[in-house]
Amino acid sequence: MKDATLNILVGGEAGQGLVTVGQLLAKCLVRSGYFIVVTQSYQSRIRGGHNTYAIRVGVDEVVAPTESVELLIALDTDTVTLHQHDLSPDGLIVVDTALGMDGEHFLSVPYNEFGKERFANVAALGVLCPLLGLDEGVAAETVDDFFGKKDKGLAAENKRALKAGVNWTATKKKSKLRLLEVPNPPQRLMMNGNEAIALGALSAGVRFFSFYPMTPSTSIGLNLAANAGKMGVVVEQAEDEIAAINMAIGASFAGAPSMVATSGGGFALMVEGVSLAAMTETPVVVVVAQRPGPATGLPTRTAQADLEFVLHAGHGEFPRAIFSPGTIEQCFHLTRKAFELAERYQGPMFVLTDQFLADSYRAVAPFELECLPPVKPAQKPAETSPYQRYAITETGISPRLLPGLTKQLVVADSDEHTEDGHLTEDLVISPRMVEKRLRKGAGVRSEVIAPDFEGEAKPDLLLVSWGSSKGAVTEAASHMESGGKTVATLHFSQVWPLMPEQFIGYLESAREVVSVEGNALGQLARLIRREAGFDIRRKVLRYDGLPLTPESIMRELSR
Amino acid sequence: MVTVDDFGNYETAWCPGCGNFAIQQAVKQALVALQLEPSELLFVSGIGQAAKAPHYLNVNVFNGLHGRSLPVATGAKLANPNLTVIVESGDGCNYGEGGNHLLAAMRRNIDITLLVHNNQVYGLTKGQASPTSAEGFVTKAQPEGVPSAPFNPVEVAVAMGAGFVARSFAGMTEHLSELIQQGVTHRGFALIDALQPCVSFNKVNTLAWYKKRCSPVPPGYDPADWEAAMKVARTWGDEIPIGVIYRSDRVPFEDHFSTLGGGPLVGRETDREGLKKIMHGYT
Repeated sequence: MKDATLNILVGGEAGQGLVTVGQLLAKCLVRSGYFIVVTQSYQSRIRGGHNTYAIRVGVDEVVAPTESVELLIALDTDTVTLHQHDLSPDGLIVVDTALGMDGEHFLSVPYNEFGKERFANVAALGVLCPLLGLDEGVAAETVDDFFGKKDKGLAAENKRALKAGVNWTATKKKSKLRLLEVPNPPQRLMMNGNEAIALGALSAGVRFFSFYPMTPSTSIGLNLAANAGKMGVVVEQAEDEIAAINMAIGASFAGAPSMVATSGGGFALMVEGVSLAAMTETPVVVVVAQRPGPATGLPTRTAQADLEFVLHAGHGEFPRAIFSPGTIEQCFHLTRKAFELAERYQGPMFVLTDQFLADSYRAVAPFELECLPPVKPAQKPAETSPYQRYAITETGISPRLLPGLTKQLVVADSDEHTEDGHLTEDLVISPRMVEKRLRKGAGVRSEVIAPDFEGEAKPDLLLVSWGSSKGAVTEAASHMESGGKTVATLHFSQVWPLMPEQFIGYLESAREVVSVEGNALGQLARLIRREAGFDIRRKVLRYDGLPLTPESIMRELSR
Repeated sequence: MVTVDDFGNYETAWCPGCGNFAIQQAVKQALVALQLEPSELLFVSGIGQAAKAPHYLNVNVFNGLHGRSLPVATGAKLANPNLTVIVESGDGCNYGEGGNHLLAAMRRNIDITLLVHNNQVYGLTKGQASPTSAEGFVTKAQPEGVPSAPFNPVEVAVAMGAGFVARSFAGMTEHLSELIQQGVTHRGFALIDALQPCVSFNKVNTLAWYKKRCSPVPPGYDPADWEAAMKVARTWGDEIPIGVIYRSDRVPFEDHFSTLGGGPLVGRETDREGLKKIMHGYT
């Protein structure tokens, strides 16, 4: 597939520093004004095995990963063996001379001549500068920022290694991989999905976050922990996921906007807590970062297989919203939206992401934070005394007071309860309370974000997707269109509630509709059939733990 | 001036003769003695007959899931340390379903008081064994007798160096009330294991059974002496020591969070400049 982007793949064993090389290069590229899509692929181990860090780079916005490789940076021989077939005709394999590999597509680099082994990562960045046409000054500044300038000796060594790499490569023949220069590069953020979720939470006013480490959600907690002190947030690593969600509910009950983040197995433990948040009408934001299951599954891979699980999690009936961001920007904005809805409708709201998006660095425009105020727990004065925490209202939303802030007492119960919050087994009041809670659903439905349609009306083919595959689907559609047919896309960044009137027209007016999903059952297609009565019979499904790519989608469709 | 009447008088779902009544009395007495306002108190409970107790008091209440009171209480306390947080639930909640949270609360030394109604049986679900039932205790769920040794909460608490460890029993309301006051006042995690009879489902550990065995720790007993406390904590059977078994001056959990020095999390403004700086860090 010929396009204006370059795909760079750094590969090696865990522990060799491939992520460091990848991060340094990605940062350089973003600072030089390029757009990137990073795909991190790693195994569940600390040393050995095979991991990769791919950066697809372009002058114009890049939206998806790709399979062909123009520049393969191999830190070990396995990387060459495993990826050389993906190499483009003009592709280049950069290896350490010590690996003893050479040939037509190889650039064998004598890293040991550039300095000590520990600086090889920086030397590698140096090698890449002339290859890609990157400014050495930008690279030097990136290295300084990454490693810090505190240790002057180390900083000088880094500079030397970088220079050595640059100088050596500059003597080699002109690279065919040089990127077009971006004049006056605008300032962009290099950010991945999890960082965007964390920033979105901070901007929304999160005050409490509890978690149990679980790939691929852990970096949300680490990010918030790093910023907790200065932002007035408490982050606690709980003893288990059951504690995490219950702590968040306790903190929120007392008035601190709270969030938890986990993956499928951890969410499984939180399910009773979801039900508790719904019953006590306590706001809480739950981030589920998907990976292949069932059970432990493939801990470090990606999937979109927990939609139905998150939709139905929590015994009993109550309203919820589930957001499924497809871009870094959506990760930020939809996390904010989740906080807004959690506070407004007093219950659990969900953000569904996955390993691919969580770890995928992109270049995004800075967010206009001044225009994005935090969400504040609504404190409404009590209309009756004693205070009725669960006063039955037309909207189902009861005015909320926080315990300890006024003389009024706040009573919450996981049992069915009367309007004052006290336990009841009265079977006349109980169904009224069920109805009250469900009535809040009308409000949630009134705020649903419609799916994003792109393309010609009445297309030959409509590709339906949700979550992180947005870019791959968009790119596949655009490629397929050059073949003569019209291909449109419909992307759901909110998968619940579904409002059929927002999208049924698109489905019905397309010649053919295909659902593209990262699971084996076509879960969104099933949900659309259930809610809108429209049967999407053809599906492109990927469930090998790797992200959907434009190529994989087109391969399936051409069968 | 807070009086007993401020805490209300509610009709309960408890059996006549239930040990909960006496414990309830002790709680009310303690709250009055401490002059705590109803609105500054948060009682968190789980599920069980004991867990209904906070519903029968004029206080802020969060009656949550079985076994999960401690995490809720921890979250609430962190959000608003100005609240006096008391967890009140049974032996099933705290020593069974919520075992991991009990260990974590002790490790944390979070400034909350855990008052356990320990009647060595599951009352609300009608008579199954609880983690503190004696080995060999016969129930419909354990017709051949409980096959495990009982959990000794006081022993575990002392072994973990919990902040304040005490035991009393429902038949000694004044004694229990005094321990509750000390527990609430103690800055850090306080466990009060309150033994009580279950007139409906536990025909072995009756009021008389406890009365015969419960004996206060001797005068001169030093609860700061961990080794002595371990010996006392492991004592159970013909003699059941009651009183303050152990107390330590460990740093409370909350003190480790620099940001909590700035007051409750509740109501804080978001530092917009700080947020901008964080975002700028991604350039």
